[in-house]
Amino acid sequence: MNKLNFLKPDRQNLSTFLYIGSFLFFIAVFDVFLTSFFKTNITSFLPNILSFLLPLILGTIGLHLIRIEFSGIPKLDLINKNINTNHFNAILTLLIIFTIIKSTPPILSWFIIDANISGDTKEACTGSGACWTYIKIWLRRFVYGMYPNDLQWRINISFILLIALAFVGYFATEKLKKFLTLYYVVIYPIIAFILIYYLISGGSFGLMWVETGAWGGLSLTFIVSFFCLIFCFPLGMFLALGRRSTLPTLRYVSVGFIEFWRGVPLITVLFMSSVMFPMFLPEDFFMDKLVRVIIAISLFEAAYVAEVIRGGLQALPRGQYDAAKSLGMGYWKMHIFVILPQALKLVIPGIANTFLALVKDTPLIFVVGLLELVGMLNLAKTNPKWLGFAMEGYVFAAIIFWIICYAMSRYSQNLELKYKTER
Amino acid sequence: MSDTIIQIKNVNKWFGDFQVLKDINLEVQQKQKIVVCGPSGSGKSTLIRCINRLEEHQEGNITVDGNELTEDTKDIEKIRAEVGMVFQQFNLFPHLSILDNCTLAPIWVKKMPKKDAEELAMKQLKQVQIDDQASKFPGQLSGGQQQRCAIARALCMQPKIMLFDEPTSALDPEMIKEVLDAMVNLANAGMTMIVVTHEMGFAKEVADEVIFMDEGMIVEKNNTKDFFANPKSDRTKLFLSQIL
Repeated sequence: MNKLNFLKPDRQNLSTFLYIGSFLFFIAVFDVFLTSFFKTNITSFLPNILSFLLPLILGTIGLHLIRIEFSGIPKLDLINKNINTNHFNAILTLLIIFTIIKSTPPILSWFIIDANISGDTKEACTGSGACWTYIKIWLRRFVYGMYPNDLQWRINISFILLIALAFVGYFATEKLKKFLTLYYVVIYPIIAFILIYYLISGGSFGLMWVETGAWGGLSLTFIVSFFCLIFCFPLGMFLALGRRSTLPTLRYVSVGFIEFWRGVPLITVLFMSSVMFPMFLPEDFFMDKLVRVIIAISLFEAAYVAEVIRGGLQALPRGQYDAAKSLGMGYWKMHIFVILPQALKLVIPGIANTFLALVKDTPLIFVVGLLELVGMLNLAKTNPKWLGFAMEGYVFAAIIFWIICYAMSRYSQNLELKYKTER
Repeated sequence: MSDTIIQIKNVNKWFGDFQVLKDINLEVQQKQKIVVCGPSGSGKSTLIRCINRLEEHQEGNITVDGNELTEDTKDIEKIRAEVGMVFQQFNLFPHLSILDNCTLAPIWVKKMPKKDAEELAMKQLKQVQIDDQASKFPGQLSGGQQQRCAIARALCMQPKIMLFDEPTSALDPEMIKEVLDAMVNLANAGMTMIVVTHEMGFAKEVADEVIFMDEGMIVEKNNTKDFFANPKSDRTKLFLSQIL
């Protein structure tokens, strides 16, 4: 065996380096594991600072030793290529591993080990962790708001119906495919409105009327987001086309609209929609608060959507317009069949961005007294019987919002893949 | 004259202060094949883009198939449907398959039933020998195939006139021939064609008349034989000596 050069690990002594390096790395991780999980410091005999830094030092040396170029072991090569290319990356890798290990016990203990879920009063929560009892008891309120308990089946049924109707596209035959766009853009929103108006709001067919002020929680989040998404998209599309129009009036109106709505904060828009807007209406004219809010958010987001779509329109080469025109297509045919399909495909990431922001902006409707998920949380945390559980509530809301937004994000990625074409 | 299909009279056009077309006069008869050549920036492309009003001229008259092109031509789409155009950059619609590229306009502009449109498209694609690529997307085809598809797409509208704007300038030398062959076939079939090109071989083979443009003016307009054998102006001679 030739002499080992520890500064430059090589293939000749592959196994030696591999064993020593892996051992050091393992020791480093094990030390951190013990410290964080069992609060035992096996290196307590060392000076404080050294004891603290020892895992990092050992780990770095270990990773240095296993950094062998073209080792011939596929997994090792993969590790070296991705997380162990040089000392800096090795240290970053170690820091990330240590952070994950260190943060696991407190998270586990708060979420599961020391948490309570049994019982139905505050007193049941005796552990030092989260009090999931609170979420459990309030879950109905968080999902349905102040909607009467015995009528909540109406919300469930309309949501189930809406979701089922959304999947119609999967079952459409080839012959009906061309009506799908019409279905999703016009018919589906109308059905959704009718369902929500007659089933959730009630007031006819023997169903008790429930005023929109009583709606709330997650179901309200869905209703507001759903209608805002549906309305702001076509509106934004027309604004984007309007802004690029050759007709001066149309262009200036679009520019004015977009710049106005982009220039004001959403919270003031919502406030105005509830306080100022009714002042301009005739005495006997009544428009529901929820409708006003949905219109306000739609107009607000439409301005953003318009600018995103305009970006896509501008990214298309002029040749596409020329080609469509030269085939005798008029403005609308050209845009519907040639320009918009390409432009919209380009802006899927931007649109997804705007839509995610919209969903996460819905809690702001609390300013007009509508309490969706976060609004209900704020209400619940001030309940004298359940003081002191704000943390659980916000974590719960964060998880719910994250699930919604992550699903939307994945969906947009799927769309991108589906409509990907080579240029 | 009854068989004059395009008439261009005293046309002037400016881009800002720059005059691109200076007093252009041109008449094209039915079934005539005209090749327009000249150095870059001489206004050749602008001229043929004016014929289907992708560019607007500011002075003079352009009459296509009896309709004058003016600002308030209501049915400019109808005139464009009669005038096919092939571009230097192909300009196929990348989100549609080759077949859909060809059937889109016949179905939606001419209101042709889908089945008939597809039949016609397959016939035209067969003419340019890419019928086996019909289900592919433009991005999957070579430049020459894309340009032939663009020709087929224009022909699916069954136009009376075909305009070619440097159809071979963006192609590899090897692919130029396949596109030119398709154009020669089209010419032999009796189509009225105006072709902007630097392919002098093509001009010699099919053109009835060759027009030489420079600095926005028609410098020389001559029948093909005389244009190459004894050009009238010195500028044409210089141009020909450089490219032949």
